[in-house]
Amino acid sequence: MNMLATTDLSPDMTTQARRIGPPILQVEHLSREFGGVLAVGDLSFTIAAGDIHSIIGPNGAGKTTLFNLVTGVYKPSGGRVLFDGADVSGMAPYRLAARGMSRTFQNLQIFFNMTALENVMVGRHLHLNTRLLPALFRFPSLVRKDREAKDRAAQLMTDVGLEKYIDADAASMPYGALKRLEIARALASEPKLLLLDEPAAGLNATESREIDEVIKTVAGSGVTIVLVEHDMKMVMGISHRITALNQGRMLAEGTPQEVAANPDVIAAYLGAAP
Amino acid sequence: MNALLHGRLTGLLALGAVIAVLPAFLPNNFYLDIAILAGFNAVVCVGLNLLIGYAGQISLGHAGFFGIGAYASGVLVGTYGWPPVLALLAGAVFVGLLAFLVAKPILRLKGHYLAMATLGIGIIVSIVLRTESGLTGGPDGMMVEPFRIFGFELYGEKVWYWVVGVLLVGVVWLSLNLIDSPMGRALRAVHGSEVAAEVVGVDTARFKVMVFVLSAVFASVAGSLFAHYAGLITPAKADFFKSIELVTMVVFGGMASTFGAVVGAVVLTLLPQALTVFQDYQQIVLGGILMATMVFMPKGLLPTLAALIPARRRA
Amino acid sequence: MFAELLQYMLSGLTIGAIYALAGLGFSIIYNASHVINFAQGEFIMVGGMASATLTASGVPLPLAILIGCGGAMLVGVLVAKFAVERARNASTVTLIIITIGASIFLRGVAELIWGKDFKRLDAFSGETPIQILGASMQPQSLWVVGTAGVLIVAIGLFFNKTLTGKAILATSHNRLAAQLVGIDVKRVVLASFALSAALGAIGGAVVAPITFSYTEMGIMLGLKGFTAAVLGGLGHGPGAVAGGLIVGVAEALGAGYISSAYKDAVAFVIILAVLLFMPNGLFGKRGTERV
Repeated sequence: MNMLATTDLSPDMTTQARRIGPPILQVEHLSREFGGVLAVGDLSFTIAAGDIHSIIGPNGAGKTTLFNLVTGVYKPSGGRVLFDGADVSGMAPYRLAARGMSRTFQNLQIFFNMTALENVMVGRHLHLNTRLLPALFRFPSLVRKDREAKDRAAQLMTDVGLEKYIDADAASMPYGALKRLEIARALASEPKLLLLDEPAAGLNATESREIDEVIKTVAGSGVTIVLVEHDMKMVMGISHRITALNQGRMLAEGTPQEVAANPDVIAAYLGAAP
Repeated sequence: MNALLHGRLTGLLALGAVIAVLPAFLPNNFYLDIAILAGFNAVVCVGLNLLIGYAGQISLGHAGFFGIGAYASGVLVGTYGWPPVLALLAGAVFVGLLAFLVAKPILRLKGHYLAMATLGIGIIVSIVLRTESGLTGGPDGMMVEPFRIFGFELYGEKVWYWVVGVLLVGVVWLSLNLIDSPMGRALRAVHGSEVAAEVVGVDTARFKVMVFVLSAVFASVAGSLFAHYAGLITPAKADFFKSIELVTMVVFGGMASTFGAVVGAVVLTLLPQALTVFQDYQQIVLGGILMATMVFMPKGLLPTLAALIPARRRA
Repeated sequence: MFAELLQYMLSGLTIGAIYALAGLGFSIIYNASHVINFAQGEFIMVGGMASATLTASGVPLPLAILIGCGGAMLVGVLVAKFAVERARNASTVTLIIITIGASIFLRGVAELIWGKDFKRLDAFSGETPIQILGASMQPQSLWVVGTAGVLIVAIGLFFNKTLTGKAILATSHNRLAAQLVGIDVKRVVLASFALSAALGAIGGAVVAPITFSYTEMGIMLGLKGFTAAVLGGLGHGPGAVAGGLIVGVAEALGAGYISSAYKDAVAFVIILAVLLFMPNGLFGKRGTERV
């Protein structure tokens, strides 16, 4: 099976500069149930700052639930989440954003009622003046900062390869471009930690490669990335560490080689498409 | 919609021009009166449109805020001798506080629950206004003194036309500024995807409350001034029907379109006048418009027309 | 003292029975189509007005009620077909506005047909009050509560024992799955509107002798019916019935002991309290959104 082939590992990986320091994200005995169904149970792991850390597992393993717990969309039933050393369990998503966390969604949550550029500009929200009076009366400082935000948003769109959509309405963009738009939006807040929920889902090989490049570039700028992905080739090629989940619990954790060789992981994936 | 946004200055100038020129075409005070009424409705609708069209919420009780503003002016000036400007401000502050108190808990609700909660509030306000006759004059309403400022008394259609005209242009300017600002984008983001807005750092609850309060204050100010203009205020101006009328104006003219809200208010204020001969058909027409608009042009008149113009902005 | 309490309870239960029917109608439609039908009250009005007008021109009462019921059902199906089904995938706000538009439209048509006066409908079995433990009750109240009771039981049997009823229930649980097993969901929506209209119309006919019939009678009845449905838990039929009775009694007690001027406000205070503190009502279920 593909995932055991070491030739899939990117040569870049061993030479990538990595920040060493305290873990940026810690999950301790985290659990969440929905009406008796345990989506995530007693999960504990750490994510090192500067890493690209992937979460893998079959459908229903609890990956998106985990994301939602970490990003404050769900409150934990038990356990806690520590971000940069502080207990942020159950904190509202907008507060987590202010602390430097950002994410994309498995089911695109694009603002279809706005242009592509405006979508990314909303990502700059925390860096802009959002008070009522300056907005109502169009204070010059607000107008100036907004223009800067617009330029920055255009730059971000170019960085992820979306230059040709800068003037477009979000509603008219193709799926692959929208996936990248979400990433641009998530980057606009200048996060320390970026969580990507299946960024390559529904993309063809070329588009997946493009996303791959984007992720590597972002990681290169020092942002820690947590990735949920089914595309094993991408996962193996890009990750520093992998956590494998199954039925809401931890199956294995380690470097890509370690996880790929783990018999429990192989067993869980037998029969699943690579 | 972007064409509208970038035509902001043009739009404001056009509005100003229309307002400036219109009286030349109106034969007498009767028509000026209709224009003034349309103007007052438009002021409320611009605020309501921020809530319904941009932030994607709903209020079926906004006439209640209009009514409170009106009665605040009527009571404070008439019964307690306050200066009209102070009464207007007091009404606005009171409405702002009330809106803030109710907004926090009810804006957590969604869809029909939110609609019913706002409906309930509007009806309770209208019942209180109708029942506390000692204060408000009961179902027959109360007389309101004219608006006095710096010794001048604002009286008559000719004077009030310009007052309302300036107020409308001002309110439209504020609204356009708001939409084109980070706060405006945050509001639209909340409408587009509340969870995504949260995740980029928008405190969606706070923004929803802010726009609710703002739209309530617009309604209150309009109500206060209307009371002085009309010289009489009745509880009917604060009831369920009036709230639905306001929503119809916003929805018909264009959701997420400030000028659409103005157009909607003007058209639907004019309509009953045009139909006075067919007074009996008023409800049928109103109901028919609501249904037809939502089924055939859910975005409202102006945005639907705007979409027909060849778009310059397509991928 | 006790007699007074009993008096209020009885009148509360009477009007509560109508709220229960209205609330049940809301729930049936909501279950089948996730639409809040603001025109529910107008179904009640059509039943009441038709019965009153027809009996006034000599039509025998049972036939008048039947015709009123049929008329309301037709109206219900028309609203469902032309307003609701057309906007199937629209946002909640859009659907709310459509049914509000429908209710206003229906009121307009009713005004055109029947005018604005109050119409009398004679009580079904006379007006000699019945004395119970010191309280007096109109015989019509028995008709109201009795009819409502029969209708509610009939609806229960319909949903549990008949194939059509089960089809409606299936659609309410999972529209797609229902389609996949061959249920014509469009027909189900039409049927739910027709059913709710029938419930409302019969309720309107039976309460008309007490409240009089007039074209605006549907507004408050409809809104309070909605309160009943939300109080019971939107979509929960028996809950709506319980909710209706609770609202009716609370209204009567409030009017009797606190202030009769604020009678109408009671239902709206209840609905605000429910929406703020227990939005799922007494018997409702919680739902979550998948992200």
